[in-house]
Amino acid sequence: MQLSRDALLRAYRQMKVIREFEERLHTEIMTGEIAGFTHLYCGQEAVAVGVCEHLDSVDKIISTHRGHGHCIAKGCDVPTMMKEIWGSSEGTCKGKGGSMHIADLDHGMLGANGIVGGGAPIAVGAAMAAKIDGKGKVSIAFSGDGACNQGTTFEAMNMAVVTKAPCIFVFENNHYSEHTGVDYAVGTNLDIASRAEAFGMKVWRGNGVDFFSVHETMREVLEYVRAGNGPAAVEFDTERFFGHFEGDPQRYRGEGELDRIRDERDCLKIFREKVTQAKLLEGADLDAVDADVMSLIEASVEGARAAPRPTAEDVLTDVYISY
Amino acid sequence: MANMMYREAVLRTIFEEMERDENVVMLGEDIVGGMGTAGGPEAIGGIWSTSTGLFGKFGANRVIDTPISESAIIGAANGLALSGKRPIAELMFADFIGVSLDQIWNQMGKFRYMFGGKSKCPAVVRMAYGAGFNAAPQHSQSVHSLLTSMPGLKVVIPSTPADVVGLLRTAIRDDDPVMFLEHKALYATKGEVPDGDYTIPFGHARLTRAGQDVTIVTCGLMVGFCERVADKLAKEGIGCDVIDLRTTSPLDEEAILDSVEVTGRLIVVDESTPRCSIATDIVALVAEKAYSSLKAPSVMVTPPHTPVPFARELESAYLPSTDKIEAAVRKILAWR
Ligand SMILES: Cc1ncc(C[n+]2csc(CCOP(=O)(O)OP(=O)(O)O)c2C)c(N)n1
Ligand SMILES: [Mg+2]
Repeated sequence: MQLSRDALLRAYRQMKVIREFEERLHTEIMTGEIAGFTHLYCGQEAVAVGVCEHLDSVDKIISTHRGHGHCIAKGCDVPTMMKEIWGSSEGTCKGKGGSMHIADLDHGMLGANGIVGGGAPIAVGAAMAAKIDGKGKVSIAFSGDGACNQGTTFEAMNMAVVTKAPCIFVFENNHYSEHTGVDYAVGTNLDIASRAEAFGMKVWRGNGVDFFSVHETMREVLEYVRAGNGPAAVEFDTERFFGHFEGDPQRYRGEGELDRIRDERDCLKIFREKVTQAKLLEGADLDAVDADVMSLIEASVEGARAAPRPTAEDVLTDVYISY
Repeated sequence: MANMMYREAVLRTIFEEMERDENVVMLGEDIVGGMGTAGGPEAIGGIWSTSTGLFGKFGANRVIDTPISESAIIGAANGLALSGKRPIAELMFADFIGVSLDQIWNQMGKFRYMFGGKSKCPAVVRMAYGAGFNAAPQHSQSVHSLLTSMPGLKVVIPSTPADVVGLLRTAIRDDDPVMFLEHKALYATKGEVPDGDYTIPFGHARLTRAGQDVTIVTCGLMVGFCERVADKLAKEGIGCDVIDLRTTSPLDEEAILDSVEVTGRLIVVDESTPRCSIATDIVALVAEKAYSSLKAPSVMVTPPHTPVPFARELESAYLPSTDKIEAAVRKILAWR
């Protein structure tokens, strides 16, 4: 289905925001200013955006340790996220969670998650709630190829099937869990979707570096799940451009692998090529978005640097609502 | 004597124990690193560098790189141990006991008792614990108090490279399940390690500083903090006993009580959260068994009853520090 000019520009912008957010963090982290562990989503933008462009704020998603992309795609405020990563008291989570735990329940974003496999069961519960509410809303669990090996993921898939919960398991296969290759760690021959299928779900597969492939696939998946057919799963083949975490020497990569994937499997380049060749958008339209995004990121970083810091008293708040 | 880092002490001990006893096996996530990649096995090695080279030496049967499946890792360690092997399972972060808790708590810790003493489960679960890296609530926790509350498990928290070697040897050779907690901030610290095949028995605390005025009981990373405070206060003529518990289960009650009987003042310094903790446990022990020696109420220096926060300012406010420990000593001495 043909997307409107506005929809195309919006999708491109979202992907570009994620890309530049992460590229900027990559350089900022090297200065030592940002604390903690940061896992960058660069390379996988087409998945988060291709999925979330179909959702509204009542649909729920749950993310992983590599969560910035999902957060941005689901509508979290970018400058506020940046403040969180900087540990400011004005950040999305007041500096208590940081990069691995950005959450924004008002936007249906149930949190990035530091526990691999922690998210999928929660997504099932959110889907059960959507089923009870009966408004055709869905819940989406983003998981990596590594997370698909957790028992929690298996339990979640089966429970979603038997309860007919409107839950969608989106597996982002970027071929690595930390330093381990998917063909070692996943027994089903490089294939994750077949696992979900074995649990009794209808499954789809898509190209996770092509926004159009993700978006089209998700249109079908969502139609199916919103119609009350129970859960579904999708596997997207995608790429991670940086290390597992910032500081990873990546000695597990093949010769020239990073150059090759940046060259041939960059979702932003692929998008630009497709829309300009099809004369849907001009290069200049995209350049204007690029410039706009760069200033958003610059302003976000400046804002995060200048933002207020938490104080010792803040440690004690937010453990309970009342105690 | 050899001078080595804490992480080297872990690796060397595992290496030597695997050489000594072919029943010793290791399993965990990314402990080989690079499996199934272009870089090949050992392209990177475990993230803490505590398993480097083991795969090359001992092979895939004994150095088992696992998928991300903590329940099955500990479960498999249980099965290995019940089948005559001596598994060393690695949890990359201590926080991940959450995923594998059934296998630790209901299985490993209970086999021997519920099987009427017929079984042994000689498994070691090594885990990197502790805060100080802004790793936020799910990658920073100190879980020894929680584990100490579980009957059937032994809990070991080495504070120096020499203790790593002696205690890890004991852990691997012990026929009971052992939780072995390695503080992330200690991995790069150095110390002298004695030569020879020495072991350190469980339940024997180490008196690392001696003084007449205050007893400070602690373990793990906090030992160094307490020593620095004791050294500083010694110059003012304030004497502190610093007791490194080494193991919280079994607990060296005698070392604590003997010291408190002399000093009459107890401070417990610990990195785990304060409720139902090793700190409350030791305060209760002293209240119960050395009440008449006490000259002042006991003091606990612990984090507050909250998760570990992310931001630098929050995490440093959260954690015990030398300043907080020093203030506790002055407070207990000033009582009345
Ligand atoms: C329960 C648990 N086990 C292990 C880890 C450490 N860890 C963090 S991310 C990761 C790899 C995850 O791989 P994958 O699911 O493919 O996600 P990706 O990193 O590729 O986005 C591991 C092992 C963790 N955070 N939680
Ligand atoms: Mg992956």
